[in-house]
Order: sequence, then structure tokens, then C-alpha cells
Amino acid sequence: MSPEVPSDQGLAAYNFAYLDEQTKRMIRRAILKAIAIPGYQVPFASREMPMPYGWGTGGVQVTASIIGPDDVLKVIDQGADDTTNAVSIRAFFQKVANVAVTTHTKEATIIQTRHRIPEQALSEGQVLVYQVPIPEPLRFLEPRETETRKMHALEEYGLMHVKLYEDIAHNGRISKTYAYPVKVAGRYVMDPSPTPKFDNPKMHMSDALQLFGAGREKRIYAIPPYTEVVSLDFEDHPFEIQRFDKPCALCGAENVYLDEVILDDKGGRMFVCSDTDHCEDRREHGHAGEMLARQEAAE
Amino acid sequence: MTDAPLLKVNAVSKFYGQRIGCKEVSFDLWPGEVLAIVGESGSGKTTLLNCISTRLLPTTGSVEYTMRDGSVRDLYHMSEAERRFLMRTDWGFVHQNPADGLRMTVSAGANVGERLMAVGNRHYGNIRATASDWLTRVEISKDRIDDAPRAFSGGMRQRLQIARNLVTGPRLVFMDEPTGGLDVSVQARLLDLVRGLVNDLGLSAIIVTHDLAVARLLSHRMMVMKDGHVIEHGLTDRVLDDPREPYTQLLVSSILQV
Ligand SMILES: Nc1ncnc2c1ncn2[C@@H]1O[C@H](COP(=O)(O)OP(=O)(O)O)[C@@H](O)[C@H]1O
Ligand SMILES: [Mg+2]
Ligand SMILES: [Zn+2]
Repeated sequence: MSPEVPSDQGLAAYNFAYLDEQTKRMIRRAILKAIAIPGYQVPFASREMPMPYGWGTGGVQVTASIIGPDDVLKVIDQGADDTTNAVSIRAFFQKVANVAVTTHTKEATIIQTRHRIPEQALSEGQVLVYQVPIPEPLRFLEPRETETRKMHALEEYGLMHVKLYEDIAHNGRISKTYAYPVKVAGRYVMDPSPTPKFDNPKMHMSDALQLFGAGREKRIYAIPPYTEVVSLDFEDHPFEIQRFDKPCALCGAENVYLDEVILDDKGGRMFVCSDTDHCEDRREHGHAGEMLARQEAAE
Repeated sequence: MTDAPLLKVNAVSKFYGQRIGCKEVSFDLWPGEVLAIVGESGSGKTTLLNCISTRLLPTTGSVEYTMRDGSVRDLYHMSEAERRFLMRTDWGFVHQNPADGLRMTVSAGANVGERLMAVGNRHYGNIRATASDWLTRVEISKDRIDDAPRAFSGGMRQRLQIARNLVTGPRLVFMDEPTGGLDVSVQARLLDLVRGLVNDLGLSAIIVTHDLAVARLLSHRMMVMKDGHVIEHGLTDRVLDDPREPYTQLLVSSILQV
């Protein structure tokens, strides 16, 4: 684990967690409202952050507004803690908030994520902060903001099923694999973008608080703990998550989300946990997948 | 059932600033009745239709509607949610330009199925079967069900728009120049189709047209508009065969007796 970095450089001139207290209060009010109306997109005055849009400025602002000195932060991109995006956001909070960081899901109090929900079930007191590029699930068929707001207000969600209908008509099944729309607490339809639909069931009745921040689109929404989250579908085409033929090649885990890894230019490949912390943790506890067993046999 | 009007329009006026859109229009529409609103371009037909169908809020006046359960509601005092629900279940609205009434980027099947999904139908197979059935009824080949209306001719688009509106079994359909943009031969086929559907389904309809031949073919009664006012109103045959107002006489002689 990386040691705490003292805030001795340029950013040290900023307030704790970069944002000024007034901005944090404004964002916290938006978060509270979002928690009070699960799945509802609350507008907020998104601030410029010292990183480009697309780098999770919405999630960063949410995290900055809720983080305290005693928090332990984990940041993942896809499922990994070590990608450029995750590393730089983690370094940012070490610098501006001087908080402890971790890669272990269990140790974290706040987890900021771009695509995945950790495989390890979250527990009460943990907060999952999603970086959201496009918060509006109705956008693809109805570009007018005035109209989509009205549709949410009047609970007119027929369009969502039009999209799913099209999917089946053209592909024989619902082919949407990520940003798969859900209905939250029986009321608002919400886009969990851009997580894979594999993770949708984890949002349902989660012990953790889930917060979603869209920086460019200036929206915050939330799923409070123990809230019903239902993936939209048809009676004769029920929602299904991705299935993988084989377990993780490294740790042997089943029923987890796998990424394809190309091994060589002769078509060699393996499937491994996208959640790198989960994979490492399992290997530390003696689990071994096909590839690992083969390597060990060769040594 | 037929002892109460379906629609009661009371002194509806719409002003655009100083300009008159339509003025003091009153009439009743009875169940199963087809009313044509005719007049020259700019006479206020579209304004009136939009006011009645609540797409536009009039400056003054009221419209009462007899719901399926027999209760009578003042349309301008309904909540927006109720009104929008009414519009996509018990009503239809056929635009002159099909692109205004269709989703051009999704398939014909989805266009027809949208209203079913909007009212909670969640069985793909049933939605598709109903859509397919409706395509046949409007003379579109079933094998076009997965094509987007962009690939359709003007006449097909208009027929698709009609199917999309009728799939929920509405009781009242509004049409604004439904044959407006079409070739003459295509118009004739569409008019036949509309007439057949209106008869078979026992629909009530209000059809705006500048074409008296359309009014003759489809409507039981007609209203003639000029400068926002209704200047003559009566049974279609009577108005066309024996127009009372000089302006109507002019319209009839210039258009019908070619
Ligand atoms: N949005 C508008 N703003 C201002 N004037 C309008 C608007 N729509 C229609 N009008 C005017 O109202 C009158 C009636 O127009 P309209 O209802 O479109 O007639 P029609 O459908 O018979 O051609 C015309 O003088 C027209 O210019
Ligand atoms: Mg008009
Ligand atoms: Zn693994």
C-alpha cells in the first residue's frame, strides 16, 4: 500500500478535499435530496475539477463532498485499482485530503468506481460512488431535456421498453450488456451507466449506499441501502446476466465478471477476474485457476 | 351511450397576441360521428384542432369529454398526467407529416407497439403479434415489421402512423390534413383505408382538411372556417349540395365543380 503523501505541493493551497466548504454543502444537499428520492436525477452546480471531463469529475465531486479524514478510499476503473484513471484519482485524494487509501474492498469506507461493482458483497456503512458519463436513460430516443423530465415526472417509461423491443427484434434477444436500465424503488427508471449488466443484481437491496455523479451533465442520483432495484425486461425475455463458460484462469472463481486477456499473437487468451483485488485475495487464500496451476506445474 | 355527446366544445378562442387563431367556436361531437373542419389555409383549422386535442391551450373556452366510464371531464382542468394518458390510450392524433407522429429511427413494429408498452404490456411476443396484425390492417406487408419508417414511402408512413394510433382502440381520432403531402393516387387509397377503419371501429373523428373531396368522402358533418370563425356548420351533404353562406358557395363552386 502506498504511504500517505504529505500535501506539500501546489494543491496544498486548497481546502480539505479540494472543494471549498460552501460547494461541498451544496453538493451534500443534492446528495441528500437524491437519497430522499431514490433514482431521481438531482441537478447540481458542477464545478471545474483539475482533471478533464470523462475522468470522473462527477464522481470526484461526490467523493470530495462526503470524504472525511478518517475515511479509507478505494478507486477502481473497470475492476482494477492500478489503471491510470484509478491511480490518478486515488493520488488526488491522498494529496488534497490526506486520507488512507486501500485496494481491499473490505477495508474501504468509500469506493469510487467507473465500471464495476466489487465482487465482494458490500456492507453497511460503505459508500459506492459511481462516475457517470450519461445519466439520462431516455436520452437515446428522446433528445429533448424538457420532454425527458416530463416523462420522469409522469412516470412515462414506455420508451425504455421500445428500446428493448428493438434489441430483440434485431438481435433475437436483449443484447444490451452495460448501462442496462433499472427501476429504482418501483418509481424512477435509472441508468447505472456504464457498469456491465452483470453487476445490476448487486445494486438490488445492497447494504451499502450508492451515489452517482455525472460531472459534465451536472446530475447526482442515489440508491439508498436496502432499496429495490429491478432491471427492465419482458415477461418472455427476462433479464439475464452474462454467463462465462469457464472460471477465472488465475483464481478459479466462478460467478464473477471476467475480462479477456490476450496471451500471445497466436490466438492464445485467458479469462480472468475483472476485479483484481478479488482475484488477488482469492489467490492469497490458496485458490488457483487453470493457468496458475499450469504455471506452477511448469516451475 | 349515444345520449351524451362525446365532446362538448364551448366557445373556444385562441389568440396569438393580437392575431386571431380561432374565435368562439362551439359544437358537440357525438359518438361514432366524423366531423370535418374545412377552410382555406390560415383560416384557423389547425389552431382549433390543437386546442380541442389539448396540444394547445386556448385563450378562453372549455372542452368537456365523456370518459370511458361515462364521467364528464373538463379537459383543460385535468392533470397533465391524466391528459397525456388519455391522449395515448383513448385518443389518436394523425399529423400531416408522418415524421411528426412516428419515431423515424425505430422499426415499424416498435412504432405500433409503443403505445402498448406505454400502458404496461410487457410480453414481447404479444406486442409483436398485435403490431403485425395492425400492419396488415393498414396494408403494410408483415415482412416490413422490422424496417424503420425511413425506408417507407409517404403513403406507407401515413398508414403506419394510423396503425400506431389505433392500436390501443381509441374512441376519438384527430387528423390534421392526413392526405396533405401525398400524391393523388396515394390519397385515394388512404382515404378508402381511413373510411373503412372508421366504419369498422365505430370511431369518432375530427378531420381538418382544405380538400372538400376529403370532407365529402369521410365526414358526416362539417364546419367551414374563415378568419378563425366558423361561418357554416351542418350535415356534410347539405353543406356541399346546398351551401348557405356566400363564402361556402364560393369554396364549393371553385373546388368541387371542376
Ligand atoms: N404559433 C403561431 N403564432 C402566431 N400565429 C399563428 C401561429 N399559428 C398559427 N397562427 C396564425 O393563426 C391563424 C390560423 O392558423 P392555422 O390554425 O394554422 O390555420 P390553418 O390550419 O387553417 O391553415 C393564421 O393567421 C396563422 O398565421
Ligand atoms: Mg393547418
Ligand atoms: Zn480471479
